[in-house]
Amino acid sequence: MSFVLYLINGISLGSVYAIIALGYTMVYGIAKMLNFAHGDVIMIGSYVSFITFSQMGVNPIVSVVMSMVVCTLLGVVIERVAYKPLRKATSPLAVLITAIGVSYFLQNAALLIFGANPVSFTSVVTLSPLKLAGGDLVISGTTIVTIVLCLIIMGCLMIFIKKTKAGQAMLAVSEDKDAAQLMGINVNATIALTFAIGSGLAAIAGVLLCSAYPTLTPYTGSMPGIKAFTAAVFGGIGSIPGALIGGILLGVIEILGRAYISSQLSDAIVFAVLIVVLLVKPSGILGKPMREKV
Amino acid sequence: MFKKNLKKNNVFVTYAIVVVAYIVVEALLLTGNMSSLMQGLLVPLCTYSLCAVGLNLCVGYLGELSLGHAGFMCIGAFSSAFFSVVMQDAITNSIVRFIIALIIGTAFAALFGFLIAIPVLRLNGDYLAIVTLAFGEIIKNVVNVLYIGYDSTGWHISISSQQALGLAEDGTMVINGAQGITGTPHDSSFTIGVILIIIALIIVHNLTNSRTGRAVMSIRDNQIAAESVGINVKKYKLLAFTISAAIAGSAGVLYAHNLSTLTALPKNFGYNMSIMILVFVVLGGIGNFRGSVIAACILTLLPELLRGLSDYRMLIYAIVLIAMMLFNWAPAAIVWRQKLKAKFKKTGEEA
Repeated sequence: MSFVLYLINGISLGSVYAIIALGYTMVYGIAKMLNFAHGDVIMIGSYVSFITFSQMGVNPIVSVVMSMVVCTLLGVVIERVAYKPLRKATSPLAVLITAIGVSYFLQNAALLIFGANPVSFTSVVTLSPLKLAGGDLVISGTTIVTIVLCLIIMGCLMIFIKKTKAGQAMLAVSEDKDAAQLMGINVNATIALTFAIGSGLAAIAGVLLCSAYPTLTPYTGSMPGIKAFTAAVFGGIGSIPGALIGGILLGVIEILGRAYISSQLSDAIVFAVLIVVLLVKPSGILGKPMREKV
Repeated sequence: MFKKNLKKNNVFVTYAIVVVAYIVVEALLLTGNMSSLMQGLLVPLCTYSLCAVGLNLCVGYLGELSLGHAGFMCIGAFSSAFFSVVMQDAITNSIVRFIIALIIGTAFAALFGFLIAIPVLRLNGDYLAIVTLAFGEIIKNVVNVLYIGYDSTGWHISISSQQALGLAEDGTMVINGAQGITGTPHDSSFTIGVILIIIALIIVHNLTNSRTGRAVMSIRDNQIAAESVGINVKKYKLLAFTISAAIAGSAGVLYAHNLSTLTALPKNFGYNMSIMILVFVVLGGIGNFRGSVIAACILTLLPELLRGLSDYRMLIYAIVLIAMMLFNWAPAAIVWRQKLKAKFKKTGEEA
């Protein structure tokens, strides 16, 4: 029974990684950049939800929506101020370092505003735990909501990209920016929209993450951020189903590794699996194989 | 982006800058004009400069982005500190002990760099970056659960806990898991750091100006073309990556022998450190070793110089970092700078 429980917890953690990984993978697909500040957007979203829900007592759903609005705005502003001027820079490293700068900025701004002491986040999910198999298997409400929400988000996003004009524009821009522009697509607006969606999802991920692991500090976002990026690479960067598969696999490996092998080495196990996967399939599980042209 | 003039005299300017900086610092030390805070920063400055030079070889000349150099620093630091702690009583001369420790730390980092490079260099671009990051995190993670001690019956190694070692009463812990290594002799100094930087600079300058270095650069510029003219791509990639890791390892040795307690925290050997070193390399100029050293010094000193602003200093550091990147790299800023330059030239001619 404990194995099933670990598995479900792993899927739940993996769902959070998958939602974060979506932000990475969409931004990478479209802007070809690694948005290092994404993990810190998660942290900001969690703080907004913490203040509105735990301290001001706003309705949990309203609180999540508020945190999404803040993160969406934040994402768009970051893109406009820090990344857009560097879009045509000669070195891809320039925008990477700027993203690192933004990440430092968000962490230290949070440190000033919210303080260094960890705060205890109360779960926004009030669903009672589900008891299965005669009470042997207790699944918390947060876990259920996380998994369901992740699937809903994935579904909506796939429909959005396949069926709407804006979604198709995103695909076109990620294929070829110049050609997309010639076809009358507003490339800047499309990239801004991608950042907006990614950051809005980061807010949901942050709230879910802190509902399951309730300590919140200004550095909460960075490690899940790195792991979610790993998940995005794992599943094949640029691919949305890849982010889901990569995220869930990573979560399951982490929880099972922590339970059965060594709690201290769980991160090392996650990264080791990533290395093995990338060496066998260098473009990730669902990634497009890279062609080399002379 | 990679255009770099390799004029000989340029190299000597770099050495001269390092030597002059050393003399100035020593003069300040002798006359007592340096605060204890700054004195404490001298060895870290050398450590970061050294590591930035090592990473620049990888990023600037091999053209591969590594986010795992803190891991090599970690290996260099722990292997050399292990040696120094064990041999503390056997070798009493601190310089001899440090030199042997340096050789051991550098060799271990080179060995791991070589082993990691074999699979990693099959990948490229961001995938390579994320795998080196993963290796760095694994190294840090494993070092944190490593327990090594010895007693009259011999050596004991465990990766679970101190109790699992089963040490006898008279046993000594050398590496104590997350508590790390304590009691490392204080063998490194600013002078040693500067000597190491100069040695590293001589090595990388000679390497990049040699046949080997040109082979490495040709792989960076066009791997397929390099392969087609008969350059052994794998060999040169491995060579450059290994040397880069070895230099990072020597930085780790310097770091370890400056502290009495060595622990592998996310702050000093995690990916954050790798990223910080990358920031030095990019801000100093990719492929420009002098720039790496200068950027490492300025960016390490900046938070300390901003100390007067107390809580806001790291925030301002972040803003300065973003502003510098935008100013240096944004196409709009580059055009603006050129316009400004042209204007200055014009007014200069008219006057």
